[in-house]
Amino acid sequence: MALLEIEGLCAEVEGKPILRGIDLALPIGEVHAIMGPNGSGKSTLAYVLSGREGYTVTGGSVRFAGQDLLAMEPEERAAAGLFLAFQYPVELPGVGNANFLRTALNAVRRARGEKEIDAINFLKEARAALRRLSMADEMLKRNVNVGFSGGEKKRNEVFQMALLKPRLAILDETDSGLDIDALKIVAEGVNALRGKDFSALVITHYQRLLDHIVPDRVHVLSAGRIVRSGGPELAKALEASGYAGLAAEAA
Amino acid sequence: MPAVAETIETVSAVTEGGYKWGFETEIETELAPKGLSEETIRLISARKEEPEWLLAWRLKAFAAWQTMTEPHWARVAHPPIDYQDIHYYAAPRKKTPKSLAEVDPELLRTYEKLGIPLSERAALAGVEGGQVAVDAVFDSVSVATTFRETLAKAGVIFCPISEAVREHPELVRRYLGSVVPAGDNFFAALNSAVFTDGSFVFVPRGVRCPMELSTYFRINARSTGQFERTLIIAEDNAYVSYLEGCTAPMRDENQLHAAVVELVALNEAEIKYSTVQNWYPGDAEGRGGIYNFVTKRGACRGRRSKISWTQVETGSAITWKYPSCILQGEGSHGAFYSVAVTNNHQQADTGTKMIHIGANTSSTIVSKGISAGRSNNTYRGLVRIMPKAANARNFTQCDSLLIGDKCGAHTVPYIESRNATARVEHEATTSKIAEDQLFYCRSRGLSEEDSVNLIVNGFCREVFKELPMEFAVEAQKLLAVSLEGSVG
Repeated sequence: MALLEIEGLCAEVEGKPILRGIDLALPIGEVHAIMGPNGSGKSTLAYVLSGREGYTVTGGSVRFAGQDLLAMEPEERAAAGLFLAFQYPVELPGVGNANFLRTALNAVRRARGEKEIDAINFLKEARAALRRLSMADEMLKRNVNVGFSGGEKKRNEVFQMALLKPRLAILDETDSGLDIDALKIVAEGVNALRGKDFSALVITHYQRLLDHIVPDRVHVLSAGRIVRSGGPELAKALEASGYAGLAAEAA
Repeated sequence: MPAVAETIETVSAVTEGGYKWGFETEIETELAPKGLSEETIRLISARKEEPEWLLAWRLKAFAAWQTMTEPHWARVAHPPIDYQDIHYYAAPRKKTPKSLAEVDPELLRTYEKLGIPLSERAALAGVEGGQVAVDAVFDSVSVATTFRETLAKAGVIFCPISEAVREHPELVRRYLGSVVPAGDNFFAALNSAVFTDGSFVFVPRGVRCPMELSTYFRINARSTGQFERTLIIAEDNAYVSYLEGCTAPMRDENQLHAAVVELVALNEAEIKYSTVQNWYPGDAEGRGGIYNFVTKRGACRGRRSKISWTQVETGSAITWKYPSCILQGEGSHGAFYSVAVTNNHQQADTGTKMIHIGANTSSTIVSKGISAGRSNNTYRGLVRIMPKAANARNFTQCDSLLIGDKCGAHTVPYIESRNATARVEHEATTSKIAEDQLFYCRSRGLSEEDSVNLIVNGFCREVFKELPMEFAVEAQKLLAVSLEGSVG
């Protein structure tokens, strides 16, 4: 059964059509990659799925675990198990990372009818997750993303994902701006979650992330449509031939 | 800090409530006839059994007030105040209690409802070090002061100022009006003429006050003004931390609150003065609410003395208040940490004055203004370096946060330096809660309102960390309530 079913999804930003009819089914437990050139609509797809204001759906439907995803508020989507790892994580001055994460975790738990986690157990879980990601405990004391390097911000996203344990993670160009060591840490973070209860949409411009997170399927997005789908070998082929040929093929 | 979870609970608890301190206590009240005259002043003075010198001082202030006009330089607007249409004295009719056991149970219930412990046992049952001595001022009189014996053992005097006038006249006479003279400004002169009660604190040489002191002001009676006077003296090497809180019933009328607070710090003494101001702000349409026109000033008279003002201003229809420091002693330090929140039709014009007189004096100003609804929030501050203040230092940081597009934030800093060795720094920012911050929080599962609270609390963190712990939690809750409904 598919966890995420996108049918004929169209969306615009400031009156400009960006997504022009996307069809995609993501089965439970699978990891799919979305690739495509700049401006093809990759980030727009991520924002539409997570409910960001200003991204107006003009057609189509999205079902997430049987629910109408597009009718839900962003926080309801999070509670239902959707997580967006931001391409540009946002700074929250004065808000401690530990405080932010525990507040988020408990909000999600409350919404799911689960018990809240107390400070001591939270710290235990958080420290364990940090160790798995080769990150320092000091991370918890810092303000959310304030003064973080690009790599630290991305790792903080993966850390949040590890704690929130989503059913569906959307990684929006999490590999951009990462050196190879940070890239491996991010990939390990995602791979550690892989299993029958975890699915992911990995959005990336480059193939290199997919050497470390091997996808079940690869979809190529061009001008707001999926123009090609295939196995991991499709990413490799793209690396060799570039997007230009594909776009021409699609047109 | 775990307080965020509590902030969230508070928000959900008050969604139907609004201002939850807005109830009225049914109690028999003795009121002076409306209006201000020498007669009224004589009546107040007689009710308080005051000595002749104090009555003379009041009458002199009244004479000065009559020659003055209301100040209109602040960025606030209100209909003219009819000073003859106010009761200047309102007191629960029962006799002043001698001990806590004699306090009118209706009053005890009122303070219980407000969350103020007037029973020493209840406070003692709390965590160690969490003890707070409370002076409760209800309309024009102090109704109870707790922990007086414990404090007396340490040599600290903490009592209603009306009692201090009787019991410690030499101290009151020496210091009253020495920081804020009777004719200082229109509202200070009015207060000097008609002040009714307030707190008096005296910490003798070398004593570190063993607990937090706190005064809780409550306006209850209709058509009355509250004019309290607080005087705090810390002798050489003494330390005291003091906190005031205030609430009032919800009424359609505007009520006047014109207080004066004077602080005196001698050699190496330190006074920390914190305020959580939660006077009724009026309703969403701007009807009713308190006019909070207050003069607060501290004198760092001794060398290396310190005075800090920390304020969280969430209430009042109009706030006009500039807690200041006169940095006279060599190497003395003044600090002002402020969070001022305005929502709906509230107006706040608040800030500080740092007057550097002595050499090597320093001051720090951190002001956080948050505006929502159709409110206006102004920071107005003066840093003055006098010719003898060699090497004086000031650092000022003013940050404004706007929520919505119908509110205003204004920053009006005045800097005057008459000494070339002084260094004055001023930083100011204005920001809006960014859409990307809100979306980031919501995408992690926080509701829109919780997201705003989290971001706003982060914005205020530098100020909240200056508050005693239990009040920092209180301040976060208040902030949540004040900003409720300001988004979406």
